[in-house]
Amino acid sequence: MSFLEYAPAPESRSVLHLRDEYGLFIDGEFRPGSGESFATISPADESHIATVAAASDADVDAAVAAARRAYDRTWSRMSGRDRGKYLFRIARLVQERARELAVAESLDNGKPIKESRDVDVPLVAAWFFYYAGWADKLDHAGYGANPRALGVAGQVIPWNFPLLMLAWKVAPALAAGNTVVIKPAETTPLSALVFAEILQQADLPPGVVNIVTGAGATGAAIVRHPDVDKVAFTGSTGVGREIAKAVAGTPKKLTLELGGKAANIVFEDAPIDQAIEGIVNGIFFNQGHVCCAGSRLLVQESIHDDVVDRLKTRLSTLRLGDPLDKNTDIGAINSAEQLQRIRELSRIGEDEGAERWSADCAIPDKGFWFPPTIFTNVQASHRIARDEIFGPVLSVLTFRTPAEAIEKANNTPYGLSAGIWSDKGSRILAVADRLRAGVIWANTFNRFDPSSPFGGYKESGYGREGGRHGLLAYLKGAAA
Amino acid sequence: MSRTDLQTLPERAMELLGGVPDDTTLRRYLHGLPGVDAVGLEQRAAGLGTRSIKTASKAWALDKIIELIDLTTLEGADTPGKVRSLVAKALNPDASDPTCPRVAAVCVYGDMVPYAVEALGAAHGDPDDKLVSVAAVATAFPSGRASLDVKLADTADAVANGADEIDMVIDRGAFLSGRYGVVFDQIARVKQACRRADGSYASLKVILETGELNTYDNVKRASWLAILAGGDFIKTSTGKVSPAATLPVTLLMLEVVRDWHRTTGERIGVKPAGGIRASKDAIKYLVAVAETVGEEWLQPHLFRFGASSLLNDVLLQRQKLTTGHYTGADYVTID
Repeated sequence: MSFLEYAPAPESRSVLHLRDEYGLFIDGEFRPGSGESFATISPADESHIATVAAASDADVDAAVAAARRAYDRTWSRMSGRDRGKYLFRIARLVQERARELAVAESLDNGKPIKESRDVDVPLVAAWFFYYAGWADKLDHAGYGANPRALGVAGQVIPWNFPLLMLAWKVAPALAAGNTVVIKPAETTPLSALVFAEILQQADLPPGVVNIVTGAGATGAAIVRHPDVDKVAFTGSTGVGREIAKAVAGTPKKLTLELGGKAANIVFEDAPIDQAIEGIVNGIFFNQGHVCCAGSRLLVQESIHDDVVDRLKTRLSTLRLGDPLDKNTDIGAINSAEQLQRIRELSRIGEDEGAERWSADCAIPDKGFWFPPTIFTNVQASHRIARDEIFGPVLSVLTFRTPAEAIEKANNTPYGLSAGIWSDKGSRILAVADRLRAGVIWANTFNRFDPSSPFGGYKESGYGREGGRHGLLAYLKGAAA
Repeated sequence: MSRTDLQTLPERAMELLGGVPDDTTLRRYLHGLPGVDAVGLEQRAAGLGTRSIKTASKAWALDKIIELIDLTTLEGADTPGKVRSLVAKALNPDASDPTCPRVAAVCVYGDMVPYAVEALGAAHGDPDDKLVSVAAVATAFPSGRASLDVKLADTADAVANGADEIDMVIDRGAFLSGRYGVVFDQIARVKQACRRADGSYASLKVILETGELNTYDNVKRASWLAILAGGDFIKTSTGKVSPAATLPVTLLMLEVVRDWHRTTGERIGVKPAGGIRASKDAIKYLVAVAETVGEEWLQPHLFRFGASSLLNDVLLQRQKLTTGHYTGADYVTID
């Protein structure tokens, strides 16, 4: 036998107790939606997981009303210390039910269990712990003494990190004293619904967090609702633009975390084996469904062939398959629609003359799958060097000097993140200084921490999430 | 068994170094290697450590670990009796299961080699033939603080007594002070001392003592140096210095071996030694080998565990897989 064909090591689904049908979580309880309910499926085999309610305008109204009531009567009057207690409780419950949440996430999203188990869920708990600590220290957030909450926050989150994005939105909002109406993505509502049970378990006062499921129309209803004071959105730049228009001219505060086309810059003096790992982690983590993914590899010409060669060898060891198997490295693409987009852009890449290489891995018969793919001989003018693919596709470009690397890295309408690989500390600092990106990783990639602000330049959005800065997005000064 | 035709060795080293191997050429070469990022290396090692090896894979891995063990006793208190006991264990690791594979080799001090050879008798030989080799530590193990003549005599003596493999230590003092030429020369000379009367060579394992080298950059350079100078294996530690073998250090050495293979087509062995006591940890090493250099390396001429207590833990796990329940320390034998 071949040792490398590791025997199946599936994570048990028995920890997950799913209902056949989920309603909307409004005012502390589940209730049926008045829109047409929809199915959420497993992208790994297209099997039906559960039926989920869709929120109509009336349902969104009810959710916002519940949030307003909770804000006026309970949450805004509660001391920071008491709000913190609820957040700590939620964080602990997330840890207690970590296995269950990880299984739900991998089942619904298609991401490998090792990522949901080792990255997503631990970060969710970390986010709630971090902001729980802030709840009674808002005087030090940067708005002076006694800053005030904004009121009701309407939040719309994407499908790539369903529960983590929920935590990024909900934790700072609650810590700052706001109440929330949040809509998880249409294809990945499951973990948010399990999270609703955690909120019940934590005895969070009804209406403080309302979770409404649905498609784009539900999101639009939240964003446009007149009684929403703050809108936070993570998703595509196209939708972000629509939201900015819808919010313009209203008193609503807005933060947008949108797309990216991050440059991962590898200098010739880089620690090469770790750089290869970083490139892999940068673009193939979460099937490349990462807004800050290092999708443009800028590699110094002198080491280009060596890097590409090593990269191909490394990619050949990645395991694509059942997201619930503990040894899976690459899971399923989240939806048929997204798979279509990845295929389309890859085809365009080939048509434009870039050279395509895909890892040789068996693609399962059912479900949505795309093998880890790299394009070499990509030019800055190619669409695959400019458009966000949001999939496991890496475009390799070259540069000759640090100045050229910086120029090429910045030559994008986006500016969410970037990576620099070099053994020379002074070069890392000098280059980082001139990159127009919100997050810059040095000799690592895709590392997240609740104390570190995250957000973009240019079309990657505005506002910061995480850290003290993330708190400011949910506060206003006492005098304001 | 030996990887190289020795005649070509200095030539290849000269070709790669661009000159005769001395402090200057070696420094230029070793310091020109890409650096190692400690955080990234450790992260990758931790990632490999999360592989879940179950059922059939686990059964295969446990047997493989046994086949790759250098069962070791390196104590001042070692006696012929202790060595005979070790050899008996090496030949028949699980008294309750005759199908249990033998270990690759026993590893002893030089003066114990004759007793090991005698105790093995007809079972002495190449692990590829299901026989057990004798490895001897030499060159003033573990410190390496002796004159070159003494180190060479130490080596030649063990080889003459029937050692199949020599585990030498490098001069860490010379390495850390930048005298790479001295380290290179010593390894090359010890390699010559591994020559037997019939012209064949005992396999040479070069112990870097990574716990004393301290940085990953040093480990990488020492690995290249040892291979350039003619080592057949690079080995992490003597087991007498803490930390001994770690997964990140072993991963780094495997990466060097992989790169050497890419450059020259030659296969060099890796031996983590010291501190690996649990089956669970040993399986992580197998994963690191298979996913870094390839499964082909999971054979006694290319990978070894230097260990003593590991064997019994593997046997307990093996019994658990067969019978479905855990036994206890008294169901496996002490040496």
